[in-house]
Amino acid sequence: MLEIKTLHASVDGKDILAGVDLTIGAGEVHAIMGPNGSGKSTLAHILAGRDGYEVTGGSVTFAGQDLLALEPEERAAAGLFLAFQYPVEIPGVSNSTFLKTALNAVRRQRGEPELDAMEFLKLIRARTRRLEMSDDMLRRAVNVGFSGGEKKRNEVLQMALLEPKLAVLDETDSGLDIDALKIVADGVNALRGPDHAFLVITHYQRLLTHIVPDHVHVLVRGRIVRSGGKELADELERNGYAEFGYDEAA
Amino acid sequence: MDDARTPTSSAWVDRFEAALAEPVASAATVGGDRLAALRRAGRTRFRDLGFPTRRVEAWKYTSLAELADTPHLPAPVGPDGDDGVSAPPVPPPVLGAIEGAAPAARLVLVNGRVDAALSSIGPLPDGVVAGSLAAALRDTPALVADRLGAAAAIDDGALIALNTAFFDDGVVVIVPPGVELAAPVELTLIGRAGEAPLAWHPRLILAVGAGSRVTVVEHHLGGGRYFSNLVTEVAVGAGARLGHYRVQAEAAAAAHVSTITARLERDAVYETLTLSGGARVARNEVRAVVAGTGAECRLYGAYLARGRQILDNTTVIDHAVPGTRSRQVFQGAIDDQARGVFQGKVVVRPDAQKTDGYQLNRALLLSERAEIDSKPELEIFADDVKCSHGATAGEIDDSQLFYLQSRGIGRDEARGLLTRAFLGEVIAEIEDERVRAALGDLVGAWMDRP
Repeated sequence: MLEIKTLHASVDGKDILAGVDLTIGAGEVHAIMGPNGSGKSTLAHILAGRDGYEVTGGSVTFAGQDLLALEPEERAAAGLFLAFQYPVEIPGVSNSTFLKTALNAVRRQRGEPELDAMEFLKLIRARTRRLEMSDDMLRRAVNVGFSGGEKKRNEVLQMALLEPKLAVLDETDSGLDIDALKIVADGVNALRGPDHAFLVITHYQRLLTHIVPDHVHVLVRGRIVRSGGKELADELERNGYAEFGYDEAA
Repeated sequence: MDDARTPTSSAWVDRFEAALAEPVASAATVGGDRLAALRRAGRTRFRDLGFPTRRVEAWKYTSLAELADTPHLPAPVGPDGDDGVSAPPVPPPVLGAIEGAAPAARLVLVNGRVDAALSSIGPLPDGVVAGSLAAALRDTPALVADRLGAAAAIDDGALIALNTAFFDDGVVVIVPPGVELAAPVELTLIGRAGEAPLAWHPRLILAVGAGSRVTVVEHHLGGGRYFSNLVTEVAVGAGARLGHYRVQAEAAAAAHVSTITARLERDAVYETLTLSGGARVARNEVRAVVAGTGAECRLYGAYLARGRQILDNTTVIDHAVPGTRSRQVFQGAIDDQARGVFQGKVVVRPDAQKTDGYQLNRALLLSERAEIDSKPELEIFADDVKCSHGATAGEIDDSQLFYLQSRGIGRDEARGLLTRAFLGEVIAEIEDERVRAALGDLVGAWMDRP
């Protein structure tokens, strides 16, 4: 469903990705682990279509389409979702307005009827309950004044609403205490199924005990240097990235 | 060279006056000798000053010179359609859709004159007056005559002088002391013109007695080529509160000049917001004298300028006594080749200690050719005061735009959402939740307009 072939990319003339190859099938859960600066977040942003990255080689095919040719909103409609490491605050736009606008924009692009206010309210209530989110979080401006945990739960809420074919979770565990981490992981696991694949990007193994991956890849200096099963995450937790030439203490 | 404009403005006045059904002096006799003298003085004053050009410091960024060359005539008195032009439909009240906010009185003005058939005035508390200024001058001159010119002096500028010379109607809202009017008074000012340019000069009097609370909502709209030159005299008595919310949605070819002169007594609160989106060129000027200790003046403005519009917000707040507050927030989104102007002057008199003044002016530039001219001006003559001001101009935040797009929201819709949010920040300053909701909806509707 997602096929990344020898992807090269640079930022401000500096090469960040040096030939990434990765294939994710429908419903699979992949984890990419790697030290700081290895290119994990760059990969996530390029998949979502963020400006400022120059793809200098390779290709990305998603659900049969050339992903890199699509606008960010078209990628969302095609079924790609990025859970941000640092969700953006948008003062003056209520969370519920944002969610409804997003959901209906995606539904429109997918040729589905838009939801009216009542239908939306019913849907959102069911989703927020599962994530232990208060109604207050829907009334407040998007992510404004949200705690770290609330922001991440809000990301998972958006994901649950948009029901992506592939969700990319960019360091979703950063800044979360263990309770918040469990709520977020439960939200992800609830969506897990044959129609929903995940690419979990993380520095630590911690998140992967809650969202257990089918495949683990190690990204170092812009290249996947090793792939394996979930046991690879445990190994990295014990040994760090030293064997790949990285000294974490430095 | 400097006087080059005067003959043109004089020609404008001559033409306008000659076309009036009756000479202004006689039409105004109902107002008594004082009003007649006031009008004469206004006319003379305007002939001296002429339409302001950018050579006038207070009009540094907005010229009305093109008005001097436009042969505006007075609006004919007669039924709708007599001249082949029909009025745009009367819109619902601005707060009409909000529960519990049906107007206590609704006055509809067409071309600056109250249309009694379109207006409706419900039962009002004893002593409350809401009606036509012309009618009040005819029927109860004692009630209004002394209030005319009380706050708006012809020396304060050419447009006040012009209005003083030629107003033939307008609105009077007088609330005696100790009255809380929960329902708003809504004023709808409709411009009806065709290709032949028309001008009118309505005068509004809003007087709120001690301890009273009133909300006044104004909606300006229209069709065709016209120049609306409005002057509003506001008096807020001791401990009184006036919320004065205005929507400027004039016709695309219109010129709109509004001058509000306000005087606040002890512990009075005057809160006003103008939402501007219409007219080819519009000036929204507020001149407030904070004349009583404990009084607070809150001036807000949100505007959306597109095409080649020039939308000007100019304020002068005079802190005349110790212990007063002012708060100003003006934010505009400027697109295409439009221009926004903000001039904000705060004066703190020598003995006006403990003045607390805040001023913020922000512009969101939506195109490379959009422009904002901003001039804050603080004249502080007291030493124990707290006055701050800030001005920023920026573009749509890339990370916010990407966040919205990544959720499937198209670029244009995302920009619209962020622009609406930017203007919404000003609307959020308003105390009255009903007004916040109604104005927020209006901005949303404006954003959807192509």
